[in-house]
Amino acid sequence: MSEDVNSQDVLSNLLPGERAKVTAIELPGSQKGRLMEMGLTIGVAVEFVRVAPLGDPIEIKVRGSHLSLRKVDANEIKIIRL
Amino acid sequence: MAKNPAANSKETFRRVAIAGNPNAGKTTLFNLLTGMRQKVGNYPGVTVEKKTGRFFGSHGEQMELIDLPGSYSLQVRSPDEAVARDLLLGRIADTPRPDVIVAVVDASNLGRHLYLVAQMLELGLPVIVVLNMVDMAEKQGLVMDVMALREKLGVPVIPMVATNGKGLIELKQALSRTPLSKPEHGAQLPIVFEREVVAIAKKLPDAPEIARAEALLLLSLDDAALDDSLVQNPSLRAEIAQAKQRLAIGGIDSLAAPVDARYDWVAQICSEVIHRRGEDTDGLTPSDRLDMVLTHKVWGWLAFIGMMTLMFFCIFTIASYPMDWIDGGMSALADWAKTKIPEGDLQSLVADGIIGGVGGVIIFLPQILTLFFFLGLLEDSGYMARAAFLMDRLMSRVGLHGKSFIPLLSSFACAIPGIMAARTIENRKDRLVTVLVAPLMSCSARLPVYILLIAVMLPAASAWIRAGIMLIMYMLGLIAAFCMAWVFKKTLLKSETPMLLLELPPYRKPVLRGIAQRMWERALIFLRRAGTVILALSIILWALLTYPKSANPEASESEKLEQSIGGRMGRTIEPVIAPLGYDWKIGIGLVASFAAREVFVSTMGQIYNIEDADEESAPLRENMANEKRSDGTPIFTPLVCISLMVFYVLAMQCISTVAIVRRETNSWGWALFQILYMTVLAWVGAFVTYQGGKLLGFQ
Repeated sequence: MSEDVNSQDVLSNLLPGERAKVTAIELPGSQKGRLMEMGLTIGVAVEFVRVAPLGDPIEIKVRGSHLSLRKVDANEIKIIRL
Repeated sequence: MAKNPAANSKETFRRVAIAGNPNAGKTTLFNLLTGMRQKVGNYPGVTVEKKTGRFFGSHGEQMELIDLPGSYSLQVRSPDEAVARDLLLGRIADTPRPDVIVAVVDASNLGRHLYLVAQMLELGLPVIVVLNMVDMAEKQGLVMDVMALREKLGVPVIPMVATNGKGLIELKQALSRTPLSKPEHGAQLPIVFEREVVAIAKKLPDAPEIARAEALLLLSLDDAALDDSLVQNPSLRAEIAQAKQRLAIGGIDSLAAPVDARYDWVAQICSEVIHRRGEDTDGLTPSDRLDMVLTHKVWGWLAFIGMMTLMFFCIFTIASYPMDWIDGGMSALADWAKTKIPEGDLQSLVADGIIGGVGGVIIFLPQILTLFFFLGLLEDSGYMARAAFLMDRLMSRVGLHGKSFIPLLSSFACAIPGIMAARTIENRKDRLVTVLVAPLMSCSARLPVYILLIAVMLPAASAWIRAGIMLIMYMLGLIAAFCMAWVFKKTLLKSETPMLLLELPPYRKPVLRGIAQRMWERALIFLRRAGTVILALSIILWALLTYPKSANPEASESEKLEQSIGGRMGRTIEPVIAPLGYDWKIGIGLVASFAAREVFVSTMGQIYNIEDADEESAPLRENMANEKRSDGTPIFTPLVCISLMVFYVLAMQCISTVAIVRRETNSWGWALFQILYMTVLAWVGAFVTYQGGKLLGFQ
């Protein structure tokens, strides 16, 4: 089951403390571009830090920076758990 | 020293641009270099702040420094970043291309900050890298091989602590070196990609070194942005599209390739120059520990509410002392003017019109400064991003994001700093929506009006009931702001809820000097407004309420007021405001408080012939409560008072805000639209309150 490549995992599914590798960003060009420039490139390792108290947005750690994005967008970021 | 005209010629200055990510410490470095020798202005056509200053190099030669807006990339996503890019490419008309870039990076976060440096190195300009906050990096156990970093980057690297001046001498030495050497290293793009860049660069009209940077930026734009930037040049647009297609066939994503190349290069460098001392690197930094509390489900909210309460407490208590001094000073000044100028129009113009009018606006300066002090603390400490993180969910309900929260909250004290704080919102439409609804939040100028009207309405009510009514008025403003934001986002300023991509920078100790400097800048902006637009409008308003004069020299103040254009306007608008329950005297109050809401109180005082009326004065309250209509019923019934308060909650009656909105949106159109929609909203709100209340049997 866990080897199933088709049911791809997304960034928003992670739990605090879990780490993963980004495999694809399925967002429009400009948004994808900015995410990449902020360090979220394909293949980079990310750590899920926490969810905001109201349930959205989430906080992740990538290349030493803490970034916050909303779940709707994090749903479009495909990952493989590390 | 005698002034030498040749030395003053701008051409001989070396021009230095400071660039870097937000939170890298650019502004601290700028302040360190220039001290008080700085100028704040705006770039032509945009509301992006332009900070320039002078300093002396290590040989005593003068240099010009320009502080670029913080940016994450030259592939721009906000007006601020566009300015930074355009300036570095020499595209801004009145600002020549800099001679050297000082790229400021956070030493404890090289893995991300060097990305922008990699882009800087592609511009063909000399670059000096400032490795800022090395002390913090050391505390985190990071040991940096500066020599190796210098070699890998191929440009001077200066370790610094900008907050205490460490490394300043070395930086000045590097800046004074002649000639400045151009960078030789940089990220290696895939060969096919590089070939396309060169081909496009040849088609561009710019100088070769700029053309390459420009071509690279164009080639890595997404299609939508490319369409926007090349509408005037369809043939180039087509060529770039073809180049992108060729690359795509070869398996290269033109968007991702340069980003990947730069990050690969940066990661390679970091792995070679950064060594970790001590134990496990996954340990939590003090900043991480602080976040565990400040973004916690319970403690986070408590801290948040505590901080906001403290801020408002200070605004309404501490700031009230200097406000009283200003008030006293202005009255003394007016009295002094009255003794110096013989009685007559001139005396009235100076004492009542100019000193009274401008003084009535300047009185808010202490509150504005207190607010900016707290905003500065929140911003510089890094907490502002956490506030946005906490509030984003709520703001997203009306289509805004967390960054709109602080401007709206600030507007409870005064809309002016609130509107200026909206600058941090990247998306233009979101910024506009925030600016448009900010004045609906009940600012402190409405307070005297609420106090007076509640006292007239319920002279015997307990403090709790009064506070309760006041709270309802505050809530009404808040709800109206959210509803209008939602309406604007759905209609006029329709846009997708923007993607939130917020950096949560490490917490830092704020530098008080920097905050003080910013407060000073804001105060100047505000005072300049008070001295120009507000002065002019005060004079106009004074004239409206003074001319033409009553033929009878013995006329009382209220009779004189009745005779004036303003008084006649009050009568003229009576049919319009009658459905709200107001008579023409209230109409005069509304006309007079167009400039500033609290003028309502003093105008009422004038109408009811009370000397030095304020919202607490009993005679004014009683006179108003006793005022009757021609049919003998009282005018200021509870329902009229409430209707009037609702009007004041929703109406735009503040010329200072209008002036600031004009400045921040760069358009009279938006400022006028705001007056229009708020007036309509206020009228409808008061109408519904009064007529609805009457239907329900209230008086």
